[in-house]
Amino acid sequence: MDSWTCPVPLRDSPTIVMGHGSGGAMSGELIEHLFLPGFGDAARAEMGDSAVLAPLSGRLAFSTDSFVVRPLFFPGGCIGDLAVNGTVNDLAMSGARPLYLSTAFILEEGTPLSDIGRVAQAMGAAAGVAGVHLVTGDTKVVDAGHGDGIYINTAGIGVIDDGVDIRPTRAAVGDVVIVSGCIGAHGVAVMSCREGLEFGTTIESDSAPLNGLVTTMLATGADIHVLRDPTRGGVAASLNEIARIAGVGVNIVERNLPIPESVSNACSLLGLDPLYVANEGILVAIVAATEADAVLAAMQSHELGKEAAIIGECVADHPGMLVAKTALGGNRVVDLPIGEMLPRIC
Amino acid sequence: MKYLEEFSDPELARRLLDSIREVATRPWAIMEVCGGQTHSIIRHGIDQLLPNEIEMIHGPGCPVCVTPLEVIDRALAIAALPDVIFCSFGDMLRVPGSSADLFRIKSAGGDVRVVYSPLDALTLARENPDKQVVFFGIGFETTAPANAMTVYQAKRLGIRNYSLLVSHVLVPPAISAIMESPQCRVQGFLAAGHVCSVMGTGEYPALAEKYRVPIVVTGFEPLDILAGIRRTVMQLENGRHEVENAYPRAVTDEGNTAAIAMLRDVFEVTDRSWRGIGMIPGSGWRLSDKYREFDAEARFDVGGIHTVESTLCRSGEVLQGLIKPHECAAFGKQCTPRNPLGATMVSSEGACAAYYLYRRLELTAASHA
Repeated sequence: MDSWTCPVPLRDSPTIVMGHGSGGAMSGELIEHLFLPGFGDAARAEMGDSAVLAPLSGRLAFSTDSFVVRPLFFPGGCIGDLAVNGTVNDLAMSGARPLYLSTAFILEEGTPLSDIGRVAQAMGAAAGVAGVHLVTGDTKVVDAGHGDGIYINTAGIGVIDDGVDIRPTRAAVGDVVIVSGCIGAHGVAVMSCREGLEFGTTIESDSAPLNGLVTTMLATGADIHVLRDPTRGGVAASLNEIARIAGVGVNIVERNLPIPESVSNACSLLGLDPLYVANEGILVAIVAATEADAVLAAMQSHELGKEAAIIGECVADHPGMLVAKTALGGNRVVDLPIGEMLPRIC
Repeated sequence: MKYLEEFSDPELARRLLDSIREVATRPWAIMEVCGGQTHSIIRHGIDQLLPNEIEMIHGPGCPVCVTPLEVIDRALAIAALPDVIFCSFGDMLRVPGSSADLFRIKSAGGDVRVVYSPLDALTLARENPDKQVVFFGIGFETTAPANAMTVYQAKRLGIRNYSLLVSHVLVPPAISAIMESPQCRVQGFLAAGHVCSVMGTGEYPALAEKYRVPIVVTGFEPLDILAGIRRTVMQLENGRHEVENAYPRAVTDEGNTAAIAMLRDVFEVTDRSWRGIGMIPGSGWRLSDKYREFDAEARFDVGGIHTVESTLCRSGEVLQGLIKPHECAAFGKQCTPRNPLGATMVSSEGACAAYYLYRRLELTAASHA
């Protein structure tokens, strides 16, 4: 990712200038010499006003997400792979096979082209891993001081196979809650390099496309009821939403949560709860108890599901609420986070 | 990491709980002074696991909660000024003043920044010589040394565009105020471990003697808290009232002497209002004459802002341990973490927020029963 070098036609300006968003020759050069080479094999752009796609059969899933992360580069990833994986994962959480993504950039005047080049390469690499094509895009430039370097929006289309019916309302009393991997890594990795908060850590973002894992889970033939990728607001927000939408209570056992020691230590220092910290490469699955073992075994056989664990169940008590059994044996309600996570004063 | 996981070991916690159950023969009411301890007690469900004889009363040691409304209003007035960079710890941003909070000032164009160390604010002052940089210096003896350091450094380095909005409060006078209250039910104290790691334990024997209460310096992890409770109960059962240190890995009798010397240089004792409690004589610090030029209240002339508290909010009684959060009529109704009437509902260390977040289950069950 660090290997990006500025191609000859772009060398007049090593940073973004307003002209790059003009739609004129400079815009064209940016696409031709920066984005398309960066995207590599994942790019399928014919430079028309819209991508023209072959007919698809089956139900379509369609999703969009915008990415405004700061800093742009963090341990284990950057805004580029996040933007691809984020939309891929949103599609996968409805059981869809992601196929096509659009990419739209809002670039701040003065942003180094080398940064954008690295981001484009990361997007190409992530799309390659996920097996999706980047088929259309857009670039706008805003004045210096009016953006954080690079904002990206991606939208994506996927196809849902017959027989797959995954949505939050299907969570039912007696269902089992499975998480696919360790929680809290992404949020802590990003926080560890925020200005004023730099702390030494080996924690890397878990940013990854989850469509392969979902395919493995569906291949068991199990009737998966709900999938969620617990991004902003963490596992707590995802399970609260499911509880509220499905009208069930959710109980989890803190002792069973896969939390790396480095994440729990960082959270202790900052006064944060790992349940509220963002993830970008894990999912929460809700399945019938009779099928939980089969789904869990399939997840654990996949590279991204090795640490998968059963963390709780859906219950008839306290509908709409998430309740955690503490390590000491007490209970606590885990509510939706109100706004931003704020490190405590002391 | 050492000293975190070891101090939440469930098996050792069970043994401590058994031991507390053995020694407690009568009902005892114990106050944990510090909001961090309140949070830990509720977060781990410790109060549910204690024998019925032991009642934990949640004390006034949440710095966000006891900062008076008018100080928040002064902060908001300063933060809204052009050419001011207003720096604060994160959890002060959501605390409501009488008409807004710092988040709203920020969205209206105020330059409000969350910093993780007060020294970051000083760095901002050096990097932005054409701006006035203000740090919101609140809290107990724990946060005071780093705040004092900024002013000390600013004077030494001649950084004129830095100032501190000071609302520091002190634990020992608060213990006195609680014990002097006619409705006081507190029979023993868990003293705040981190306050004592700065100040040492020297201020407490006189209080233990005067009010005949055991005071046990206690840490924040589950085992720390259980050990502190156990020692307090043993003293109560034996009719003793001594100062004990149950947090020796962080607290020495003499405290952090370098920090204390800096505090004596930079601050002087003053009367302070506590949100919900009112004026407690000699219960706070302000900048000493030598450093008065760095006082943001004087620099921005906001000392005249005076505000009256909401009459619905009973956070004062909560902070003094006179009622439990859910015994307030507004709890969970007019007053929620989203629309807090008082700061005890805002801060993650506040007793009302802790109850709301972690205890709603049993409170809901109880109200339906």
